[in-house]
Amino acid sequence: MNPALLETRQLAVDIGGRRVVNPLNLILNKGERLAILGRNGAGKSTLLSTLAGLREPAAGCVLLGGEDSQLIAPRVAATRRAWLGQFQSDPFGSSVLETALTGRHPHLGRWDWESTGDAEIARSALKAVGLEGMEQRQIHTLSGGERQRLSIATLLTQAAPLYLLDEPLSHLDLNHQIAVLELFAGAARDCGAGVVMVLHDPALAHRFCDRALLIHGDGRTEIGTVDAILTAKNLSELYGYPLRQIEDGSRRCFIPE
Amino acid sequence: MPSRRRAFLILASLCLLALASFGLALMVGSFKVAPADVLAALLGQEGSANDVVLQLRLPRAIAGFACGGLLALAGALMQVLLRNPLADPYVLGISGGAGVGAMFAMMIGLPTLGIDGLAFVGALGAMILVFGLAHGDGSWTQTRLLLTGVIVAAGCGALVALMLSIAPETKLRGMLFWLMGDLGQSAQWWPPLICLGVALVLAMPFARELNLLARGMMQAQALGVAVNRLRYAIFFLASLATASSVTTAGSIGFVGLIVPHLVRLATGNDQRLLLPASVLAGGSLLVLADTLARTLIAPQQLPVGVLTALIGVPVFLFLLSRQPK
Repeated sequence: MNPALLETRQLAVDIGGRRVVNPLNLILNKGERLAILGRNGAGKSTLLSTLAGLREPAAGCVLLGGEDSQLIAPRVAATRRAWLGQFQSDPFGSSVLETALTGRHPHLGRWDWESTGDAEIARSALKAVGLEGMEQRQIHTLSGGERQRLSIATLLTQAAPLYLLDEPLSHLDLNHQIAVLELFAGAARDCGAGVVMVLHDPALAHRFCDRALLIHGDGRTEIGTVDAILTAKNLSELYGYPLRQIEDGSRRCFIPE
Repeated sequence: MPSRRRAFLILASLCLLALASFGLALMVGSFKVAPADVLAALLGQEGSANDVVLQLRLPRAIAGFACGGLLALAGALMQVLLRNPLADPYVLGISGGAGVGAMFAMMIGLPTLGIDGLAFVGALGAMILVFGLAHGDGSWTQTRLLLTGVIVAAGCGALVALMLSIAPETKLRGMLFWLMGDLGQSAQWWPPLICLGVALVLAMPFARELNLLARGMMQAQALGVAVNRLRYAIFFLASLATASSVTTAGSIGFVGLIVPHLVRLATGNDQRLLLPASVLAGGSLLVLADTLARTLIAPQQLPVGVLTALIGVPVFLFLLSRQPK
């Protein structure tokens, strides 16, 4: 049997000496989608970058494709998972197509230049996020939402089997929020991609994910199917604010009291 | 993104520019040499101009080209390392350290070799100081590195000013020329040239990784770049390139800041093209500036650092103004 896309064993995560996750045992297989929810500063982003192998765990380990993320060469790791960060700053100019093409880096040899095949991959990724026809635009002329979609296109260009997304919906309008979530749901369904995403909307998490991981920020975590975990009681405790649950067919929505 | 073919064409035309700058540097001066005589001298045929061309002008032109190339390369690397378009080779205090060493050597009256030696020691000292202080707690962020460098540079500047103010009148002119950058005092042409070759050969294999680093450390790491190792390597490479140039010709300003931007405005920000193109353009600019420096008010010579700024500023502003918004 193939090793899981992502596995954590007794994983602990610290922020500034404070333990925010302890311990976490998690297995993510092909085609599974996991939402991470928690308050601001609870450690969601830190956990996600630890899962990506970009930070060293405080204890335990993260396995990417069955190997310890701290022992895999960065290039190999980049072919096993793609990571979307929260912040982009672009001190130097660059075109949209050039930026999307950076996702091809782990697939190219040291002296290779991007081929027309790579450009095709980048173009279709741009098309998938609705940026077709903007290939030659300079990135600093893009709006916040367009810049975010370009980052997602870069991630698609990387063509890794596991997506780790830190607030993929930030800056996006409602229409593009759903489009992006459907894009990754489709990648999970059709290509067997694994998706882990930090979300702030429990309703969207319920609709687009199989499981949810709640991070309380004091080390406690809860994980389970979205139906079992995403309840008014759990979420009210998680956010420290009373929420009311409304059911509409199979969908669930939460409104603050 | 330039295609490989376009990159090749751009580099080929910059090579022609470099050749032209050498041609000019060998012909022009208080003693004019015809193109045919220059060619004859270079091909080793007997001629009246051989000494001027081969003994005086060629070594100086080569040293100038190497220093210009080193500064432009170091500037391009520093801008990526600090992710700051305002960075230049001197921003981290390398030239300040070299300046302290050189001023001290001049003040106590050491010969050229001693000045070069102490300048290099000063540059290395500043580099190690900045590295140690910025790296102290292992955070090694761009902001911390930049601030440490700027502060060390300021400290060195104060020491230089102190030495200038207590130095004897007779030595002041030489000291000022060194500080402004002057190729007339360069002792040897081959050390910077070798440094330039080695630095370029070491940097080029990492050019695409540098492209990613310029977009952000975490992003680069996520895309498969061993970011920490790469940043150490660039820091030391850029610092040593700067030290080599400063040791040869003093702190020639502006080349390291302006040339990478000129090339970026003209060709885009792909380091695979930017690094070699900056080397060629920086070298050519410095050779041209030095030729002007020794001919404009000959037999009096100007410090070349003044002319690099006088040429660089208008060219840069022109390119900037026709850049589409």
